[in-house]
Amino acid sequence: MAFGIGDLPRMISGPVGLASRLRSVTLALTFTVLLVMQAGSVQAQSNSIQELAAGLAGADFNETSRIVDQIAATGDSGAVPLLEALVAGDLYYRKSDNAIFIAERGGAGYLLTDPFSGAAAGEAGRRDVTKVRVNNSLRRDIRSALGGLTLMSTDADVRLDAASAILKSRDPEAIEALDQAIAAESDDGVKLVMERARAAAILNSDSDESTKIVAVETIAQKADQEARSILLAVAEEADGALRAAIDKAVASVEASLALWSTAQNIWYGLSLGSVLLLAAIGLAITFGVMGVINMAHGEMVMIGAYVTFLVQEVIRTQAPYLFDASLLIALPLAFVTAGLVGIAIEQGVIRFLYGRPLETLLATWGLSLILQQTVRTIFGPTNQEVGAPSWMSGAFELGGLTLTYGRVWIIVFALVTFACLVVVLRRTSLGLQMRAVTQNRRMAGSMGIRTTWTDALTFGLGSGIAGIAGVALSQIDNVSPNLGQSYIIDSFMVVVFGGVGNLWGTLVGALSLGVLNKFLEPYAGAVLGKILVLVFIILFIQKRPRGLFALKGRAVDQ
Amino acid sequence: MMTFGKMLRGTAFGLAAGMMFATAAQAQETIKVGILHSLSGTMAISETTLKDAMLMLIEQQNAKGGLLGKKLEPVVVDPASDWPLFAEKARELISGSGAAAVFGCWTSVSRKSVLPVFEELNNILFYPVQYEGEESQRNVFYTGAAPNQQAIPAVDYLAATEGVERWVLAGTDYVYPRTTNKILETYLLDKGVAPEDIMINYTPFGHSDWQTIVAEIKAFGSAGKKTAVVSTINGDANVPFYKELANQGIKAEDIPVVAFSVGEEELAGIDTGPLVGHLAAWNYFMSAPTPENDAFIADWHKFTGSETRVTNDPMEAHYIGFNMWVKAVEAAGTTDPDAVIDAIIGVSVPNLTGGYSAMMPNHHITKPVLIGEIQADGQFETVFETPGLVVGDAWSDYLPDSKDLISDWRKPMSCGNFNVATGKCGGKGT
Repeated sequence: MAFGIGDLPRMISGPVGLASRLRSVTLALTFTVLLVMQAGSVQAQSNSIQELAAGLAGADFNETSRIVDQIAATGDSGAVPLLEALVAGDLYYRKSDNAIFIAERGGAGYLLTDPFSGAAAGEAGRRDVTKVRVNNSLRRDIRSALGGLTLMSTDADVRLDAASAILKSRDPEAIEALDQAIAAESDDGVKLVMERARAAAILNSDSDESTKIVAVETIAQKADQEARSILLAVAEEADGALRAAIDKAVASVEASLALWSTAQNIWYGLSLGSVLLLAAIGLAITFGVMGVINMAHGEMVMIGAYVTFLVQEVIRTQAPYLFDASLLIALPLAFVTAGLVGIAIEQGVIRFLYGRPLETLLATWGLSLILQQTVRTIFGPTNQEVGAPSWMSGAFELGGLTLTYGRVWIIVFALVTFACLVVVLRRTSLGLQMRAVTQNRRMAGSMGIRTTWTDALTFGLGSGIAGIAGVALSQIDNVSPNLGQSYIIDSFMVVVFGGVGNLWGTLVGALSLGVLNKFLEPYAGAVLGKILVLVFIILFIQKRPRGLFALKGRAVDQ
Repeated sequence: MMTFGKMLRGTAFGLAAGMMFATAAQAQETIKVGILHSLSGTMAISETTLKDAMLMLIEQQNAKGGLLGKKLEPVVVDPASDWPLFAEKARELISGSGAAAVFGCWTSVSRKSVLPVFEELNNILFYPVQYEGEESQRNVFYTGAAPNQQAIPAVDYLAATEGVERWVLAGTDYVYPRTTNKILETYLLDKGVAPEDIMINYTPFGHSDWQTIVAEIKAFGSAGKKTAVVSTINGDANVPFYKELANQGIKAEDIPVVAFSVGEEELAGIDTGPLVGHLAAWNYFMSAPTPENDAFIADWHKFTGSETRVTNDPMEAHYIGFNMWVKAVEAAGTTDPDAVIDAIIGVSVPNLTGGYSAMMPNHHITKPVLIGEIQADGQFETVFETPGLVVGDAWSDYLPDSKDLISDWRKPMSCGNFNVATGKCGGKGT
C-alpha cells in the first residue's frame, strides 16, 4: 500500500510548497536583474550617503547588505555612526515617509534622532516606525565594514576593535587599508593584531604562495583557537609548500593548545570547587559543627539570591549609578536576612528536635518546601533577572587561558568568606562558645555559656553564610524558587567527603571534588562524570567513614 | 509576576471545584474544563503561566456567552511536577470533577504518565508543548510542534543562510533531546554532513557549571568551518548556559546557538545584551506583528494586571487548542469526547501569527515555523518564516523505527501507528 489516507497531510502541504518555491525563484531572478541594473547605475551617479540610507527603509537582508557595502565605500564621515546604529539595532524608518532615524525608547514610543546631523527629530508612536532589520550575517558584514572605516581612528581601542573585526571577517579587500594603518600605528598591541588581521586576509586572498607562507607563520604565533580556525579554513585548498607550512603551523598551535587545556581544566575545577565551597560552607557549620541535618540549607542560599534581586530592583529604580556596588550592598543584607530566617527556624522548629536526626531531616525538608512556595507566591515562579556589575562581566586572556572575571571574583569571594569564618570560629568569643557547646554541651553549660543562645547564633551564622553564598551564586545561576534545591545534595556531599565538623576538610573537599569533576567531564561527559564522582565518594566513605579530615577526640564518640 | 489577587482566585477555583463535586446538582449547569499544570515544584516556572492563560481563555469564552448555552468552569489541580501525581490528578479531574476536556502537561514524561488514564476514561487532553513526536494517541491532541515543525526547519535555515557545516547537538539528558537529536543526526548525515562534523553532548537536568562544555564547543568550532549549536537544553539550565556563552565571548556572529526550549519566558531571567543574534525556532513569537497578537497581548496584560508579563509559544498552542475544542463542541452539539474527537479533525481556527491552524487526522496541527533572533530587549525578531504552513508529523521520516508509520484517526482507519509497509495497524515499523 503506497499511499495511506494518512499521507494526505503531506500531499496537502505539497502544492503550497511548490507554489512558494516557484515564487521565490521568480523573486530571486527579478532581484538579480535589479541588482545588476542597480550596480550599473551606482557607478554612474555615485549616490550620496543620505540617498543610500533612504534605501534601507523596508529593505530585505540581501538589499541591506548591498547598501551597507555602498555606504562603506562612500568613505563619508557619516557612515560610521550610521552603521553603528544599524548594527546595534537602533536604526528605524518612519512608515509614513520612509525617512531613516536613530530611535530609542521614550516619550510616546520612540525618541527620534537624525542619523546624519545628530539633531533631535521629535517622537514617534510604537507602531509608526519600523526597525531596519539585521541578522547575524549582516552584523558580521557591518562590523567588517566598520573595521575598514575605523582603522585610522584616533582612539586605540577603536582601532583594536577594527583590527579584530577584520581578523574575524578575513576580508581581502581590507589589506590595503591595513597596510596604511600598520605603517601609521604607534601602539604595539594594536599593531600586532593588525598584522595578524592582515595575515588572515592574505590567506583568504589570491596572493602568491611565498606571501601566504609568511602569513601562516604570523598566524601560527597567535597559538590559540582562532589561529587554528583560520589555518584549518584554508588548509583544504592549499597544496605543496603552503600545505606543508600550514600543517606544521597547525601542529604547533595544537600542541600549545593541549598544554593549556590542562591548565584550563584545573582552573575550571577550582572555579567549580569555589562554588561548591560557597554552597557547603554554611552547611559545614549547621551540619558539620552542630550536627543538624538541615535540608532547608539550600533555601537560605535562595533567600540570599532574592535579596540581591531586591537590592538591584531598588537600585535600578532609585539610584542607577550605584549598580556596580549592588552586590556589595546586598552582602550584609543577605547575611542578616538569611541569618534571621535561620534563627527563626532554629527557635521555632529545630531546638525541639536536637538529638532526633530523622525528625529534623523531615521537618527541615518540609520547611524547605514551605520557603520555596512562599517565594513562588510572592515573586512568581519565573526566573528573576540579576545583572552582573561591570567589574564581573567579560573575560581576560592569561597565556592560552580564558579567565572570566565573574569566576575569578567568586573564587576570591569564597576564599575570603572561608577565611573570615575560620577567624570567627578561632579568634572570637562567639567562636569559642560555639566550639565549647558542640564539643561538650553540659560542660559548656556548667561554665556559664547560654547553650540555647549559642545554638541559635551558630545556626544563624551558618544560615547567614548560606545567604551571602546566594549573592555570589545569583551571578552564575537562575534566581528562581528552585535555586537552592540544586545545591543541597552537592553541599552534603562536600561536607561528608571533607569530614564532618572540620572547616578545612570542607575547603579541601570542595576544591578537590571540583577539580576531579572537571577532569572527568571532557572524557566521560557531564552526566557520567557526575555519576563517577558519586561512586568515588561512596567508595571513599567506605574506606574512611569520617571523611578526609576526621575529627579526633571525645566529641566524635557522642 | 502573579498578583496576589490572581493567586486567591486560583485557590478559589480549586475550592469551588471541591464544592462542586460535593453538590452534584449544580454540576449540570456548567461545562468543566480541567487544567492540569504544575503550580509547584521544578516545572512551576513554565507551567504556571499556562494555567493563567487557560483561565483567561475560559473567562473570555464565558464573556462571549459560554458554550452550548452553558458557562465554562475551570477546574485547576496542581500535580506538583510529580509525574505519577499527574496520572492521579488527571483521574481526579475526569472521574471526580467531570471535566469535559483537559488542557495540560509540559514534560513528555508527564504526558506519558497520563496517557493510560485518558485512554481508560475516554477523555480528551490538549498538550501544548513542542515534543519529540513518535506518538499519536486517540485521546490526545498535540498543539505544540513536532520535530518537523521546529528542529528540521531550524537546521535548514542555518545551513542555507549561515553556511553552517559543523554541528553541536547539545541537550539535557532525557527523552525529548535524545529523540530530537537522533532525528537531527540522521537528517544531517543524510544531507552529507560528515560524522566528525557532528558533536553530541548531554548534560543533567539543572546543570549549572557550563565552563567545560562551552570551552569544548569553542574548540569544536575552531576547525575552520562555520559551526552552530542546536540546543535542546531544557528549562533552568539555559540561564547559566547563556551566561557562560556571554562570559567566554562566544557571539552569535561566530557560533550561533539555535534553541528549541528557550522562549520569551526563559529570557526574562537573563540580560540579553550579549546574546543578541542567538536564535530560537518556534511557531509563535510575542513580537509577531498581527492584530490578533496585539489583542491577545493586551488581554493578557489586563488579565494578569502586569504590563511586563510576556507571552510565549505554548500559550499560543493553548489558544489554538482551546478555540479548536470550542468549535468542535459547537459542531458536535455536545461535549461527549467521542463526538468531539470525531468533530475536531479538520477544524481550523486563527493562530496569532496571521494565519489559520487546522487539526489534522493525526491529531497534530498545521503551523508556520518561525526562526527568530534574540534582541537586546529580551524579545525575538523573526528572520525567517516558512512560506506555508507545516503539518505536524507524528512519526519522523528520519528514524528507522518510525519512517513507515502514519497516523489517521478518521474512520475507517482509526489508527495512530499504521504501518504502510506491512499494511497493518500497530507496532513499530521495520
